[in-house]
Amino acid sequence: MKLKSLAALAASTALLAPMAMAEMADEMTLVSWGGAYQKSQVRAYAEPYVAMHPEVKVVWDESSNEAVAKLRAMNEAGNITWDLVDVVAADAIRLCDEGLAMEFDPDELLLPGDDGTAASEDFGDLIVSDCFIPQIVYSTTFGYRTDLVPEGVAAPSTVCDVFDLEKYPGKRALEKRPINNMEWALYCDGVAKDEIYDVLATEEGQEKALAKLDTIKDSVVWWSAGADTPQLLADGEVFMGSTYNGRLFSVIEEQKQPVAMMWDMQVFDLDGWIIPTGLSEDHLARVEDFVKFATDTKRLADQAKYISYGPARFSSAPLVGQHADLGIDMAPHMPTDPENAKNTLLYNYEFWADYRDDIDAKFQAWLAK
Amino acid sequence: MSAALTPISRKPVSFYVPVVAAAGAFAGLFIGTAQGSGLLGIVIGAVLLGVLAYAATKLVPSEKAARWGIALVFIVAGFALGALPGAIVGGAFGWFFGWFTYWLYEGRYRARLVPYLTPGQVLWHYTFRVICGAILVFLITPILVVMPLSFNAENFFTFTPEMLRLDPAGYSLKHYRDFFTNNDWQQALKNSVMIAPVATLLSVSFGTLAAIGLSAEHVPFRRAIMAILISPMIVPLIISAAGMYFFYSRIGLQGTYFGVVLAHAALGIPFVIITVTATLVGFDRSLTRAAANMGADPVTTFFRVQMPLIMPGVISGGLFAFITSFDEVVVVLFVGSAGQKTLPWQMFTGLREQISPTILAVATILVGISIALLTTVELLRRRSERLRGMSPS
Repeated sequence: MKLKSLAALAASTALLAPMAMAEMADEMTLVSWGGAYQKSQVRAYAEPYVAMHPEVKVVWDESSNEAVAKLRAMNEAGNITWDLVDVVAADAIRLCDEGLAMEFDPDELLLPGDDGTAASEDFGDLIVSDCFIPQIVYSTTFGYRTDLVPEGVAAPSTVCDVFDLEKYPGKRALEKRPINNMEWALYCDGVAKDEIYDVLATEEGQEKALAKLDTIKDSVVWWSAGADTPQLLADGEVFMGSTYNGRLFSVIEEQKQPVAMMWDMQVFDLDGWIIPTGLSEDHLARVEDFVKFATDTKRLADQAKYISYGPARFSSAPLVGQHADLGIDMAPHMPTDPENAKNTLLYNYEFWADYRDDIDAKFQAWLAK
Repeated sequence: MSAALTPISRKPVSFYVPVVAAAGAFAGLFIGTAQGSGLLGIVIGAVLLGVLAYAATKLVPSEKAARWGIALVFIVAGFALGALPGAIVGGAFGWFFGWFTYWLYEGRYRARLVPYLTPGQVLWHYTFRVICGAILVFLITPILVVMPLSFNAENFFTFTPEMLRLDPAGYSLKHYRDFFTNNDWQQALKNSVMIAPVATLLSVSFGTLAAIGLSAEHVPFRRAIMAILISPMIVPLIISAAGMYFFYSRIGLQGTYFGVVLAHAALGIPFVIITVTATLVGFDRSLTRAAANMGADPVTTFFRVQMPLIMPGVISGGLFAFITSFDEVVVVLFVGSAGQKTLPWQMFTGLREQISPTILAVATILVGISIALLTTVELLRRRSERLRGMSPS
């Protein structure tokens, strides 16, 4: 009897599998970061797209954090269940190198800008990899509690105030990885901005950066998810902390917490889509159709209505308007606004691609000390 | 145990004042640590309560007046430190210490214990209870802290000043509203409700059959088979999950509803096997032979004779299987795809990507459901035992 039921089970699964495939033809799994950012994508891209194509069912998976690992596992298992994955540029470069992300021709896959510029020019240098479809420019920067600024002291205004425990005592939240922290540490240790990566490439330079971080190590709360710093700031658990500028915008403007931005030495980075390799033809066709729509000039400009990240197309910039719910002008909250972008750094993809593993190991060893 | 077993007598100052002072030092340690200096808290707590205990018992003639006095002192002190919530906490403190002082002073602690206990045994009797209580508090407090936070009017895990003042403006049901109106949460709830009962049904059927089979003496390699069947309970979950991921991917079950149900059933089966095996130990095999003797076929015997008797084991095994599936996050992250996102999965990603008190609202609801479920099962068990003429244990 047992054998019989096993056989029946096998038969039923064999029947189920092709049925599931046929049903999924109009389903699309998009992977993103969750939170306010994903909500902006839902409202700017997915909802209008579904309004045009009511037969499509969009499923969101908040797994961008572990996208690289999961895509590797999917590839190994020969079972790609994601259709479009939102990743930061550095991850896109890695996935492209490993052959897990699909290469594409920008002028073929993406629409030209509103003004007729070809996509490859409209996105310009932001297409940092052959697999990367840029969406937004964001930055990692600091925010601080306005009510925790010591009396008689000016509010912190430069990134080096983070390293000044005497003037600004209190806890700081820093991301639990060397990227950005090492650059800020060297900069505040007196290294000129354009020499940071030359110095960081050397053994002594890395020691120097860690030594600088050592001066505040006891006051640091390490974060790993984008939601951590906003929570720590809202709690008053930390005085200042680094996080993505859109998260800080949400804390300040939407949640009305006593927090202010510190744009100094913000580090620009890119976020965008990749299409996994190995999609079935019907899925690929659907995804290409969606991407074409979701990255056009209007849609990218629309996203800025919901979150303070800069659209990746040049042609979208003039269309950035007001926040959809709050009705405030979004331009002054963009990281790329001239007022905010007086002193900035651009994430150095090449440097970190070469040195990431090495410096990461040193950083983790330093953390454990 | 309500009547006094031992006559009581008043105790000397040298006994109860130091004990109350020690309790005060203990409480002072926590308050002091919260305020920045644990040592100072210990000293102040000890002195304050020692003096209060002495004054209350020696200077105030009536017990009632003295206890009210102590409570009042703490209410006023609490109010001065932390307004209304401070006064409430202070009141509870004051009431407890008033009661505690007189409990020791009058020797009431001795009343309910048998007369022949030595002081050491009396001390151990109460120390043991305090330890048990402390463990309970340690286990329960994290759950209790979550509940008021879920009524937060803000979008962070923070006790706002309004909440601490017990101002109604600091509280809101918006996170509960979010749970019931938000599509993601509703989809997750629906998935959980669709997966858990089916997985439970499978675990209970297979687990019960396996337990009955394995309890028959003529089955070869019983121990080995048992060990394999309960291995999902012993092997680290992440290992099972990764293994299932690659296996299910090959056979087309990964990312399907059926796959998640099967995976959860595999996790639930060991619980059913263990509880049913335990009840089968007390099952009298001659009953099945008697049934067969009277012409019942094995299936009838199983459903009419054996099943009702091992029901408590089946139900509690099923309950464990249900909770396992309902609470499980690791396996579903691997075996499921975004379309099978269950409640724990949604809570997990929510906690990482967007720390929103909606998670706490869901947690509070789930705690409520768990308590209701366990209470129901316990009541049913007692009822069935009463009906069968056994005394509830």
